[in-house]
Amino acid sequence: MNGRGELPDDRARRAHFGRRALAGFAIMFLMLVGVAGRFVYLQVFEHAEYSTRAKANRVRLKHLPPPRGLIYDRAGRLLADNVPAFRLDVVPDKVEHMDAMLQRLSAVVPLTDDDIRRFKQSLKQHRAFEQVPLKFRLTESERDRFAVNQWQFPGVSVDPYLTRNYPYGAEFAHVIGYVGRIDEKEQAKLDPDLYAGTTHVGKTGLEKEYEKLLHGTPGYELVEVNANQRPLRVLQRVPAKPGKNLYLTIDERLQRAAIAALGGQTGAVVAIDPRNGNVLAMVTAPSFDANLFVNGISQADYSALLEDPEKPLLNRAMRGGYPPGSTVKPFLGLGGLELGLRKATDTVLSTGTYYIPGSSRGYRDDTRYGAGRVNLMQAITRSVNTYFYSLAYQMGIQRFDQWMSKFGFGSPTGIDLPDETGGVLPSPEWKRKTMNQPWYPGETVISGIGQGYWMVTPLQLAHALASMAGGGLSHTPHLLTATSDGLRAPEVPYPQPKPVQLTHDPADLAAVRVGMLGVVNTPQGTAWGLGKGFPYLIAGKTGTAERYSRTSDAYNTNKNLDYLASRHRAWFMCYTPAEHPQIAIAVLLEHGAWGGSAAAPIARKVLDQWLAETPPSERPPVPVTSIATQAGAQGPATP
Amino acid sequence: MNELVASFSGRMLRIGRRIFSRPRIDLPLAVSLLVLALIGLTVLYSASNLDRSMVLGQAARFVAGALLLLAVSRIPPTLLRAWTPWFYLLGLFLLVVLMVLGEGRGADRWLDLGVVRFQPSELMKLAMPMMVAWYLHPRPLPPRWRDIVAIGVLIGIPAILVGKQPDLGTALLIVASGMFVLFLAGLQWWKIGAMLGALAAVAPVAWHFLHDYQRERVMTFLHPENDPLGTGWHIIQSMIAVGSGGVFGKGFNQGTQSKLEFLPEHTTDFIFAVLGEEFGLVGVLALLLVYAFIVGRCLWIAANARDTYSRLVAGSFGLAFMVYVIVNGGMISGLLPVVGVPLPLVSYGGTSAITLLTGFGVVMSIHAHRKWTP
Repeated sequence: MNGRGELPDDRARRAHFGRRALAGFAIMFLMLVGVAGRFVYLQVFEHAEYSTRAKANRVRLKHLPPPRGLIYDRAGRLLADNVPAFRLDVVPDKVEHMDAMLQRLSAVVPLTDDDIRRFKQSLKQHRAFEQVPLKFRLTESERDRFAVNQWQFPGVSVDPYLTRNYPYGAEFAHVIGYVGRIDEKEQAKLDPDLYAGTTHVGKTGLEKEYEKLLHGTPGYELVEVNANQRPLRVLQRVPAKPGKNLYLTIDERLQRAAIAALGGQTGAVVAIDPRNGNVLAMVTAPSFDANLFVNGISQADYSALLEDPEKPLLNRAMRGGYPPGSTVKPFLGLGGLELGLRKATDTVLSTGTYYIPGSSRGYRDDTRYGAGRVNLMQAITRSVNTYFYSLAYQMGIQRFDQWMSKFGFGSPTGIDLPDETGGVLPSPEWKRKTMNQPWYPGETVISGIGQGYWMVTPLQLAHALASMAGGGLSHTPHLLTATSDGLRAPEVPYPQPKPVQLTHDPADLAAVRVGMLGVVNTPQGTAWGLGKGFPYLIAGKTGTAERYSRTSDAYNTNKNLDYLASRHRAWFMCYTPAEHPQIAIAVLLEHGAWGGSAAAPIARKVLDQWLAETPPSERPPVPVTSIATQAGAQGPATP
Repeated sequence: MNELVASFSGRMLRIGRRIFSRPRIDLPLAVSLLVLALIGLTVLYSASNLDRSMVLGQAARFVAGALLLLAVSRIPPTLLRAWTPWFYLLGLFLLVVLMVLGEGRGADRWLDLGVVRFQPSELMKLAMPMMVAWYLHPRPLPPRWRDIVAIGVLIGIPAILVGKQPDLGTALLIVASGMFVLFLAGLQWWKIGAMLGALAAVAPVAWHFLHDYQRERVMTFLHPENDPLGTGWHIIQSMIAVGSGGVFGKGFNQGTQSKLEFLPEHTTDFIFAVLGEEFGLVGVLALLLVYAFIVGRCLWIAANARDTYSRLVAGSFGLAFMVYVIVNGGMISGLLPVVGVPLPLVSYGGTSAITLLTGFGVVMSIHAHRKWTP
């Protein structure tokens, strides 16, 4: 080496490399000896300890699925709870001939083809040493019979678990929905750590919407087991954290009253508190028992539901689309005022038929010779078509759509339920896209009375009405009001989106309200007499939409109610108390003859229940004048 | 037809004879590699629950790797040296491609080429020491400070790319394989000491740049009982497997820890624990001896190589190979934190096996061309 330590030639480099290679090898070898020493320590000195820990597979990891959160109504009534039950589990690893075993087992515990089909499906989702559920909710006698015969079935065991139970069965099936067995698709999406040991997941309704809140966090147990895998003792236990309990805005009594009021008719009722968007009742009839789905519905039950002509599985309240008919008139009238097209006192002459300027095609009023000169209030009260034909035409379809979509028509309301539909708010673009046809002015005209391609869900109408009743303030309708971590934990309010102001002049709202008060409280109103005996003023509007377009221009003279019911959809919407609204209701009957006669009485029964439910301290004082008015209001409702 | 077959088989025979008659390969090294591969396949057969297709797949990779080894062993080191920068740049390029493609997909170390998927970081394990050796080859030794800085850059770029994947374990191994070249190049001890000292000083800062899961792993390693479900569970179960194996093991296919799925990743990173459980301390020591022999042979070949580049490549490759064994062995016996480092030529996996065998091809080439004067 020279002075600077440089290696002068290759020989020197080579020699130096040899020393370095030896040193490197020595260091590495020493480390390798260190690792070998560690193995000696583990395999010789600690062998006895590790051997016992391994020999009988003493420590097994057992997942503890979290109990699902409970669901309560606004008064604390339990709508969804967990009840203890027993199920039959199989560890595939320990069964030699699966099919033969299942055959023998079905002699002890009856197994349906559905059970076996579903079991074989879930076999694929589990590893061979994991428990696979075979049959849920064993009866007591099944459990006893199996216990006696268990020795014949290695790898099969009866295990306790918590199963979901819906005490009100069909009453909330369309709101709460149900849980069901996790299927292959869901398995792929769910976090395996969070769902270790969990067999069920929310499939529809709130159970699906709030799955994340309801599910909770699983715990685990390190269990010491003997050679036959029988648990000896728990070494360590981290309990599962139950899912959050949900508190709903819905009122079970109101819900039940609405179902009773429908009296078996096919339809929907939605009640919303205009002050905050709380959904107080949301009924779809007919319904189905949600408990059927929890542990796998049988093929027979399922086909029965599917083949029922009244479609009990269809959530009409938020997925059923119906032409809104005359219920849109208050919204259109309000639009005329807010857009500055008309004043409330401006009148329109109704002669029985409306013609688009320069056209000979006529659009009819409900009465043959028309209603004469009417202003906005009278037009709403008497549901005068001509007023709204001309207003819609004057407004034009663009402004019409803009205005109506502000109230939520044509798009989902955003309620906290999955798969809500938005109905149809027809526009020239919509028609071109879906039917590839141009828009005709006549279609603007009939849109003014809620006919044509319009489709509205009962929830949309209730939401729009609530927005109007609540001073033009639109709250997103919602069912969840608060959550808590267990019964003793405090309820935490669930955040809601900020409300949006839709209108700007309270006088416009007041004018429309006068018209809607007239509907219920004056003899010309289409639902006159509905408020009889009710302490508060009710503002409402009827609607009768036609399912089929009329085949001729002639007035139909068939007044048979059954015949009309087969052709009509009956609507009624109302809110009360008129000055300080606390409840807004939309009622739809799929086979109602007239909105005023068929749908309105249902709304009244719900209002009566609301009155009985709401303590006087939570309602505004009963106005003296209204009692006086009500006393004089008598007589039958006219369409 | 027969003639065609005859001519073809004749051709193959000639090729075979040419490869083996003037042996380009070092027989002791080849035999020990073969022994290692057989051990690996045997343990894999058990660890995979007697999954033949898995074992055959791995055997096919060994064959592919062996063919690559034979091919590379015929390339003279001078040519290999000339190709080295391109090889290094290719590795860098693939790492960058992976970073761009793998954006937002967690820990993604795989590059999908449609036909094959492979890990560019494994390629870098081989390219790194070759590149540093290429750099030092024409320069005076021992390396001067400015060379060390240049080499730091050469090592740092791929290390950061791999660390970002994020694969801290492999990044550290790549750094180590580059450092070995410096060490073998005769870097003065005091400089080594100074660099280690600087590293120790920087470590607390580096801690801040680690991903949460990486910190968790280190913490878990220090206190495995705090996390009995995650990586702590892995370490505990692995130690139970090894410890319960005892001196002579439980016998082939009798390991309860791996059979009952207590042992995680028992065909890949934790396969050493399966060997420890089923073949006991005897099996472990035998395997370690095979490894030690292979590394020793590599260093012996390196010491007899004809130029600086060859010496540095063969020597650092051998030392790095030893480090893989030590890190994996330390991990499964609870000495080191859990890092995703496979046991070389035993763990199931293609890229690692094929790159390693290619590396041995380079070593073979260095051996075969040792007598040629430059």
